[in-house]
Amino acid sequence: MNVVTQIRTAAEQALGIAVEQRTAAAEAGRIGELRRAAATAFAANGLPHRRVEEWKYTDLRALQREAAPLAGTPDAAAVAAASADVMSIEGAPRILFVNGTLVGSASDLALGAGITVEPLDAALRGPLADRVGALAPQRYDGPLALNTVFLGSGLVVRVAAGAKIETPLHIANVFTGAAASTYGRVVLVVEEGAEVTLVESFQGPDGVAYQTNSALELFVGDEAHADYIRVQEEGDAALHLATLMTEIGRNAQLHTFSFTSGAKASRISLYGRFGGQHSQAGLNGVNLLKNKQHADVTLLLDHAVPHCESRELFKSVLADESHGVFQGKIVVHPDAQKTDGRMMSRALLLGETAEMDNKPELEIFADDVQCGHGATVGDLDETLLFYLKARGIPQKEAEALLVQAFVGEALELLENETLREFLIARAAAWLVRRAG
Amino acid sequence: MALLEINNLHASIEDKEILKGLSLSVNAGEVHAIMGPNGSGKSTLSYVLSGKPDYEVTEGTATLDGVDLLELEADARAAAGLFLAFQYPVEVPGVATMTFLRTALNAQRRARGEDELSTPDFLRIVKEKAAHLGISQDMLRRGVNVGFSGGEKKRNEILQMALLEPKVAILDETDSGLDIDALKIVSEGVNSLRSKDRAMVVITHYQRLLDHIVPDFVHVMHKGRIVRSGGKELALELEASGYAAYGQDAA
Repeated sequence: MNVVTQIRTAAEQALGIAVEQRTAAAEAGRIGELRRAAATAFAANGLPHRRVEEWKYTDLRALQREAAPLAGTPDAAAVAAASADVMSIEGAPRILFVNGTLVGSASDLALGAGITVEPLDAALRGPLADRVGALAPQRYDGPLALNTVFLGSGLVVRVAAGAKIETPLHIANVFTGAAASTYGRVVLVVEEGAEVTLVESFQGPDGVAYQTNSALELFVGDEAHADYIRVQEEGDAALHLATLMTEIGRNAQLHTFSFTSGAKASRISLYGRFGGQHSQAGLNGVNLLKNKQHADVTLLLDHAVPHCESRELFKSVLADESHGVFQGKIVVHPDAQKTDGRMMSRALLLGETAEMDNKPELEIFADDVQCGHGATVGDLDETLLFYLKARGIPQKEAEALLVQAFVGEALELLENETLREFLIARAAAWLVRRAG
Repeated sequence: MALLEINNLHASIEDKEILKGLSLSVNAGEVHAIMGPNGSGKSTLSYVLSGKPDYEVTEGTATLDGVDLLELEADARAAAGLFLAFQYPVEVPGVATMTFLRTALNAQRRARGEDELSTPDFLRIVKEKAAHLGISQDMLRRGVNVGFSGGEKKRNEILQMALLEPKVAILDETDSGLDIDALKIVSEGVNSLRSKDRAMVVITHYQRLLDHIVPDFVHVMHKGRIVRSGGKELALELEASGYAAYGQDAA
């Protein structure tokens, strides 16, 4: 038997030491087991790199040169700065995390009937602790392993059976100060027949190489409706790694929307599974990239049961030398008959050297299904540009209108009007910054 | 100098010369018709004047109210007062007609150093002008020309013209694809925009449109040049004799 000694990068070595320190003390119970298992997996596999198929276009070993130290508890000045900068959504209660730490004094923690929130570290000792890690994928996922090792900061949100929560809940993550790394996790349990909309936002200063590792576990109960919107506007030197895991019950609906315009490099790994029949999922998103930004959306959706419907639409706008990646895989299990799945990724290249890698895949083991996928890459239509310019609209403004129209197709899928307008405005602001 | 002054204009596309020394003077208040067989360069003239990027001007001049058009980008030509009603108006999915109209009008006003119109003022003006052309509120909310019939697209062109109030309007085959009722609506819209300060150049293959938009002058274009000019009776003569004298049968 050959023994291959993997060469560890500086970042992997530093992370390895931090992982060992975090798991050195004996920790009893399931969480201790999870943490130790993740540490062992990380020690064996390290950061994912381009020879790992799911990370082919996002070589994390190359992208994450250093491991930023774990973020400490923010001081009053940091909290004040973050509170001043944090984005807000009209009418939505907001829970604020600064550098990964929950700031109770700046958060709306009492949310009314039907919805409760609890800090993750407290919840790890409570009845919902069993949910943590329950949706982890079979395959090794490097960022998720690290997130599990450093599990502690985050929130458990529970929406009680039958509760219809009309106002979106906003969990805002703000980074401030010198480069550091944060690991946060949100567990959202939407019980039978309940309805809720959760927004997570991520933001931080430009020019600071901080690292955000975020994970979400989303349980959509039978007959439940869950909407999850994430707004990633990290600073331009940040590394943002996200793992979204969801299981969808029977007769349930899930809509996710990811809006990405921030970070130097980002990756969203989305793992979804239909666990009950007659459910629907819409997984959509918009990526707006410029300069040398890199953004990867990789999703794996398991149709494990019959009669479910899934729709994915991702739109990427790539300016300058930016690089977009979309990898989507729909797996239809042998008995998942009558599956209806459609996946589409469209990219608009604005820069001569912008690049998009699209890899949609279907793995179908059932014989009575309707599945399709598609991917397009193109540039702005010169005929349309001329039409707009012939009416007096200058080049940049005409481009902006067409780009807005391009991403509009995805943004229009947001049913909540406040959130739709919120994201349309953020896309417009991105275009204005780019034009300026 | 005339409001629109074109002198010895030569233009090519992909090294093929289409306009071969075209000259034309159009004064304020006049309506000129340009007729001619297919392939004579009529549409090319409209594109070259409005600044379509694929064409290269190799010789000659074109000025609008003394402003050198050929030096300007398409948007600046529009702001200088030039309007082209397209033969085939394109669909712009995702850009609401209202947004498009407001963006265009305000961009032109900004370029001319004027204040942008307030939203209520803008809405009032659009509603009024749209009503005259039978354009519904629903059409204004839809993406530009998306799902519009041929006639609706042409009416939308005239609405844009009415709103942007150009000094010189070029109407490229505005009658193509219109039934007689649509032709009447469009012609009435155009006629209501005739004024002593505005000039129009109506490009058409057929005389039919000129029954509705009666020109002051008619020019015959052939092989990239104006080869004959006259009054409105010239159109009737062409209708009778066809373009056979110019190497092509009447359509």
